[in-house]
Amino acid sequence: MAAAAAAGPSPGSRPGDSPEGPEGEAPERRRKAHGMLKLYYGLSEGEAAGRPAGPDPLDPTDLNGAHFDPEVYLDKLRRECPLAQLMDSETDMVRQIRALDSDMQTLVYENYNKFISATDTIRKMKNDFRKMEDEMDRLATNMAVITDFSARISATLQDRHERITKLAGVHALLRKLQFLFELPSRLTKCVELGAYGQAVRYQGRAQAVLQQYQHLPSFRAIQDDCQVITARLAQQLRQRFREGGSGAPEQAECVELLLALGEPAEELCEEFLAHARGRLEEELRSLEAELGPSPPAPDVLEFTDHGGSGFVGGLCQVAAAYQELFAAQGPAGAERLAAFARELGSRYFALVERRLAQEQGGGDNSLLVRALDRFHRRLRAPGALLAAAGLAEAATEIVERVARERLGHHLQGLRAAFLGCLTDVRQALAAPRVAGKEGPGLAELLANVASSILSHIKASLAAVHLFTAKEVSFSNKPYFRGEFCSQGVREGLIVGFIRSMCQTAQSFCDSPGEKGGATPPALLLLLSRLCLDYETATISYILTLTDEQFLVQDQFPVTPVSTLCAEARETARRLLTHYVKVQGLVISQMLRKSVETRDWLSTLEPRNVRAVMKRVVEDTTAIDVQVGLLYEEGVRKAQSSDSSKRTFSVYSSSRQQGRYAPSYTPSAPMDTNLLSNIQKLFSERIDVFSPVEFNKVSVLTGIIKISLKTLLECVRLRTFGRFGLQQVQVDCHFLQLYLWRFVADEELVHLLLDEVVASAALRCPDPVPMEPSVVEVICERG
Amino acid sequence: MEDDAPVIYGLEFQARALTPQTAETDAIRFLVGTQSLKYDNQIHIIDFDDENNIINKNVLLHQAGEIWHISASPADRGVLATCYNRTSDSKVLTCAAVWRMPKELESGSHESPDDSSSTAQTLELLCHLDNTAHSNMACVVWEPMGDGKKIISLADNHILLWDLQESSSQAVLASSASLGGKGQLKFTSGRWSPHHNCTQVATANDTTLRGWDTRSMSQIYCIENAHGQLVRDLDFNPNKQYYLASCGDDCKVKFWDTRNVTEPVKTLEEHSHWVWNVRYNHSHDQLVLTGSSDSRVILSNMVSISSEPFGHLVDDDDISDQEDHRSEEKSKEPLQDNVIATYEEHEDSVYAVDWSSADPWLFASLSYDGRLVINRVPRALKYHILL
Repeated sequence: MAAAAAAGPSPGSRPGDSPEGPEGEAPERRRKAHGMLKLYYGLSEGEAAGRPAGPDPLDPTDLNGAHFDPEVYLDKLRRECPLAQLMDSETDMVRQIRALDSDMQTLVYENYNKFISATDTIRKMKNDFRKMEDEMDRLATNMAVITDFSARISATLQDRHERITKLAGVHALLRKLQFLFELPSRLTKCVELGAYGQAVRYQGRAQAVLQQYQHLPSFRAIQDDCQVITARLAQQLRQRFREGGSGAPEQAECVELLLALGEPAEELCEEFLAHARGRLEEELRSLEAELGPSPPAPDVLEFTDHGGSGFVGGLCQVAAAYQELFAAQGPAGAERLAAFARELGSRYFALVERRLAQEQGGGDNSLLVRALDRFHRRLRAPGALLAAAGLAEAATEIVERVARERLGHHLQGLRAAFLGCLTDVRQALAAPRVAGKEGPGLAELLANVASSILSHIKASLAAVHLFTAKEVSFSNKPYFRGEFCSQGVREGLIVGFIRSMCQTAQSFCDSPGEKGGATPPALLLLLSRLCLDYETATISYILTLTDEQFLVQDQFPVTPVSTLCAEARETARRLLTHYVKVQGLVISQMLRKSVETRDWLSTLEPRNVRAVMKRVVEDTTAIDVQVGLLYEEGVRKAQSSDSSKRTFSVYSSSRQQGRYAPSYTPSAPMDTNLLSNIQKLFSERIDVFSPVEFNKVSVLTGIIKISLKTLLECVRLRTFGRFGLQQVQVDCHFLQLYLWRFVADEELVHLLLDEVVASAALRCPDPVPMEPSVVEVICERG
Repeated sequence: MEDDAPVIYGLEFQARALTPQTAETDAIRFLVGTQSLKYDNQIHIIDFDDENNIINKNVLLHQAGEIWHISASPADRGVLATCYNRTSDSKVLTCAAVWRMPKELESGSHESPDDSSSTAQTLELLCHLDNTAHSNMACVVWEPMGDGKKIISLADNHILLWDLQESSSQAVLASSASLGGKGQLKFTSGRWSPHHNCTQVATANDTTLRGWDTRSMSQIYCIENAHGQLVRDLDFNPNKQYYLASCGDDCKVKFWDTRNVTEPVKTLEEHSHWVWNVRYNHSHDQLVLTGSSDSRVILSNMVSISSEPFGHLVDDDDISDQEDHRSEEKSKEPLQDNVIATYEEHEDSVYAVDWSSADPWLFASLSYDGRLVINRVPRALKYHILL
């Protein structure tokens, strides 16, 4: 309040003086000054917004408040404050008053000049306004004069203007009438010139007017004329339309004009479609002709191109024109078009399918896929145009069907390739047997078969992969993304092939002949190894390859690798077991014949190992070599260090404790029996036709077991003389010498041979064994 | 009762020949023939006391030679036939003869047996089934239902039908037939069919099975390549007249319908070596017994091709008069073929198995080392079949 009061003009202000105090306080003070002004003008709410928690303005003790009461203030001070504080506030007060005084002086100085210049300006303005007033008066009188003149001119021009307007209206009417009167001749001319569009436009313009004024005879005449001409025009248009010589756009134009002439749309629709049908059937016929047997069928790509450009393009045009022309027809019209497209489309599809069926046998997948791609792509346009006709769906279906058939074809191809491989192997196995004793390179054959099958599989995969290539238009259909990959390619093609391979291989195991003559044993061995290789590596490789290429990713359950592997392993095992049986049988038969056909009672003293035993050893060695080509050695039981040197001594008393003395030692048969039984208690039961493991030793063990068991059973059925027994002794020692190296556990050979000799001794009324040393000599010589 | 445990009896000699005493229908009695080249051969008469699980034996001497095959007369308990080897100066002849055992042994010895004290008695020779033309008798079979007067023997490639006359003391060759063909054809085994009025005999040679009509001695059917290798034995289904089981060196047991000889009805492949013997149970033909040189005896349940594929229907009808139909319904579902049990008591090749003629739930098996094992059909199965 004090500051506001001081803001009057005060003389002696210096113009250079800064109006404000020290810089830091400046905004604060200004705000305070504003606040006071506002307070003064009753704008207290503005201040309230600015300073929400200010001191109570009504407080009489507030030195700066509006309601300051010096008495109350002093009273309060005196009452509340101690002396020291009073002194302080006194000095403070004095200081403040001094400061206010100086402030006031500054303000007065500052504003003095401004007041002077303002007074000058106001005085000058007063003079100027007086001059301006005069000029405004003059302008007002001039304006009044102008208004007067203008009103006068308007009055004079009034009726002339009206007449002109009327004349212009008459002129327009006359021109229209003239047009009407000239209309028949114009129409005739147009028709003659063939400018049907122009004619139809004229007719359209005049039609309404003529209709309106037809009660006037003159107009009636014109209308009649026009109708006659129009009828002729329509006639001609129809004529042109029916001739159909010109292409679809012109026809469309005709139809458009006819529609404009008000011909019945229904009928036009029919006629339009009938014409279109004629054209499209033409296309279909030409396609069919391409199919026909007489001219060499063009390749499938060309065929689908023709179909695409000819038929599908035509169909598109027809559909587009139809929809444009007959849009007004509503759903019934659309339905008619859809039916039309469906019918022709199905005929087209039938043709395409016939063509594709011809392609089924062919090997070139890329061409087929490209053709299908084009076919599919082409049909997308009409498909979009005519969703109701379901052309795109039908096309997709055809493509899917073809893809499925293709898969089947490839599966057949793979099977055939496998069988072909087998035939090759058979030939390869049969051929060198005639040429020489050198066995065919089984490992090589195996590698050939494996690689050829693998390459066939890869080729098939690559061929089938074309169906899912990115750039092929149908590859993003759900079928090709999901089912085709998982069920079709992975399950149908690859898993199906592996399964069928296993089955084919297994079928060799139970050939009806059972004599083993049907399948060469080497083939069994080779297949077994092949299946085993599949189990260990190839299957997972192929499946990984497939999964990678085809990104199998859907919910269909797929055969896990482990199941397939188990199947392959089972097949391999069965094949190998069968191999063992067949080979064992061959050797068994040899041994059996040799035992059965000989007269053992009257045989001479043995001088040689019988030839059949040598044969047995030779054959076993051959089998060993054969199996060794394909299978690993396998694990033998730990052998005693002298096993390689074990000679006939094992048969004599020098054998380790626990071995029973052979029965041909001159002891009572009862003892032998007992010993033999005790021996059996400690040895494991020998399973003769037991399943084999995948290694050479196990295979050979199986074969030898079968052979020796046969020998044992045969010996038991015969009766031996002394020399017969000795011959058996010699033979067994010979076998012992050569067979131990093939088997996993040589004890087995010992055991079986011991039992053979023991049985022979039992079957001999006069068992006198040969001296071990003699046996040894004979064997070494033989 | 621990009566499912096997009972084992040991002979001193090797043995191949085993037969039940066919004419005996009360006591469980088996005859076993031994094979020894150096000692006198024996026929052991094994009596099995089912209630006490005790074996009684009597020994008869069979001095003629080692016994390869033995068969008991279906009519007379005391009469049996053997095929035996006779060795004479570096020649082995297999002959056949009909014998009568001492009267008191016919029905077994009823006193408590004492092995050491019992002295071996000798068989009484009734007649030889020989003539000089044919040696090498492979087996002898009696007419199963007859009066014990007709007998067939197989010798090399001949099949000989004998008539026993004058209380079996004389054998007259009634008719014969022989196998023609290349090579050394030899019969290995034969069985007389209990059907068709006992007019059919089946034989095995090499891999072939043949059926013969005994009236005309002509071949009526032939199953070529019945087995991959030698056929060892065959048996007729006692209740189904066209059914026949065979076994052989290919480790298989095959079941045939003789009206269709191209395919076996069923094939079993359980043994791991040659199967030497196959026998149908006499009353419950789903039970099939096989013995093999893998030292195992296998009892199989061939329900699907038996005469009772749905269980005991006749009995059910009887029961259903009084009782509810529960059992009938239960038995309607077809049963599965399976192996009932594998018996591994033997340690050598088993060359003979047979069912008891008295107790249909009991069978014996004989291995080469002279071990005779008597086993029973498992009790659970027995009740399952009966009820």
